[in-house]
Amino acid sequence: MTEKSAGEVEPGREPPGSTVATAEPEFDVDALVENLLAGEHRALARAITYIEDRTPGYRQLVGELHEHTGDASVVGITGSPGTGKSTLVDKLALEYRDRGETVGVIAVDPASPFTGGAVLGDRIRMGSTVGDMDVFVRSMSARGALGGLAAATADAVRALDAFGKDRIIIETVGAGQNEIDVVRTADTVAVLVQPGAGDDVQMLKAGILEIADCFVVNKADLDGANRTVQELTEMLQLERDVDPIVQTGHHGAEEVEDSRSDTEDNQDEAADNGDGEWRTPVVETVATHGEGVDAVIEAFDDHRNFLADSGALADRARSRYAEEIRTLLREDLGTLLEAEIEDRGGIEALARDVHRRETNPYTVADELLDPIRDCVAENRD
Amino acid sequence: MSVEGEQRTIRCLVAKVGLDGHDRGAHVIARAFRDAGFEVIYSGLHNAPDEIVQAAVQEDVDVLGISILSGAHGTLVPKVIEGLEEYGAMDDTLLIVGGVIPDDDKAELEELGVAEVFGPGTELETTIEFVRENVRDRR
Repeated sequence: MTEKSAGEVEPGREPPGSTVATAEPEFDVDALVENLLAGEHRALARAITYIEDRTPGYRQLVGELHEHTGDASVVGITGSPGTGKSTLVDKLALEYRDRGETVGVIAVDPASPFTGGAVLGDRIRMGSTVGDMDVFVRSMSARGALGGLAAATADAVRALDAFGKDRIIIETVGAGQNEIDVVRTADTVAVLVQPGAGDDVQMLKAGILEIADCFVVNKADLDGANRTVQELTEMLQLERDVDPIVQTGHHGAEEVEDSRSDTEDNQDEAADNGDGEWRTPVVETVATHGEGVDAVIEAFDDHRNFLADSGALADRARSRYAEEIRTLLREDLGTLLEAEIEDRGGIEALARDVHRRETNPYTVADELLDPIRDCVAENRD
Repeated sequence: MSVEGEQRTIRCLVAKVGLDGHDRGAHVIARAFRDAGFEVIYSGLHNAPDEIVQAAVQEDVDVLGISILSGAHGTLVPKVIEGLEEYGAMDDTLLIVGGVIPDDDKAELEELGVAEVFGPGTELETTIEFVRENVRDRR
């Protein structure tokens, strides 16, 4: 247990500007954590709701769950609409269950930027494991949450992990930065492509190529599948030749020489070849029939083993946590400053003063920040 | 004070139970709910009662809307209610039914815990308003 959880408030000493961090929990955090850890599905479902809604108390909740996490393997699956993500996820879940593992799925769908409403349809495609409560499917919409979807997803993954799920799959449409951030919560990212998607493959160059640890060409029984596989393979090869460091990730340039020299021998070996470089495999599937699902799971496991062996698994996790801490601090400081701004008559008034040349933005910012700076300096040893 | 949580997003599961294949009504409702700013999970056709229960529990929905046009509401709806009770989810799930339900049966369903039955010709706005006003406070 942490001695000071993020939102603990000493009685009678409520800091100015009651932020989310300091608000009293609106639910019984300890009871919920206890029930969740005891394996109650309803508690898990409710925990994710509080996380999504950012109900006051959710920070304590996530804080307490954190120490129970770290055992699940987390995979992100992304791709254009209609490539068969949900169907593949369904079959993956089925296969994992056959192997005796429990599964958690978070399916993210877009929300309307106008009404905030959403139709979350991924569940329809997940019929194989229906009736099996050990597959926990949760639909989330990309609602305009502050701090974003990525944070909520990461916390929801924590809840599933703490609950004891062996495998967690995050599914999202690969449409924008927001979604890319979401799948980055995963240790392994698979990008789904369908045959004949020549333009899609072109599009992949911009952004998604770099995040893929594995490509899946789904609907491989359609015409043009071979060609798509070939295009992807060529593109990956090109990428490696042009900039090997991108692919080597955490490894230094000194390894480039090695990896180049034995490229030939390893052409068909997708996994780690002992040269410290991950070779992004291209796997073919027909998800509707469950074909190739084994190979996908094998590729996931290879990648995870590669990450674990090379130490990158821990590196990735640590850099995710670092980013998380930064995001939280920005958010909290933002809230605190908003309260300060309100206290000084609101942003409108401040802007008006600046417009009248009575003051300037820098002075205003300093005036707002100085008390906080002093306070921090005072409290530092 | 905080920006968040001012208006909680209402989550709904729109479900078709049993063998009837008429899903136009369910589609219209799902769309109307979406445009009202709700998050809608649509189950697709031909669900068994325990599938609906599983989805409702896992998704932690505020509202479960069941659309039945087959006349089998007398057997299917009680099974869903039973399942929800098993998971302790009945108390804070607003259960509504849409479809062709005779008046006598309507009373029976409401006795069991269905909050409201919406028959043919109900204005979409009526249903949306009902949900907004009756959604359970779950904290």
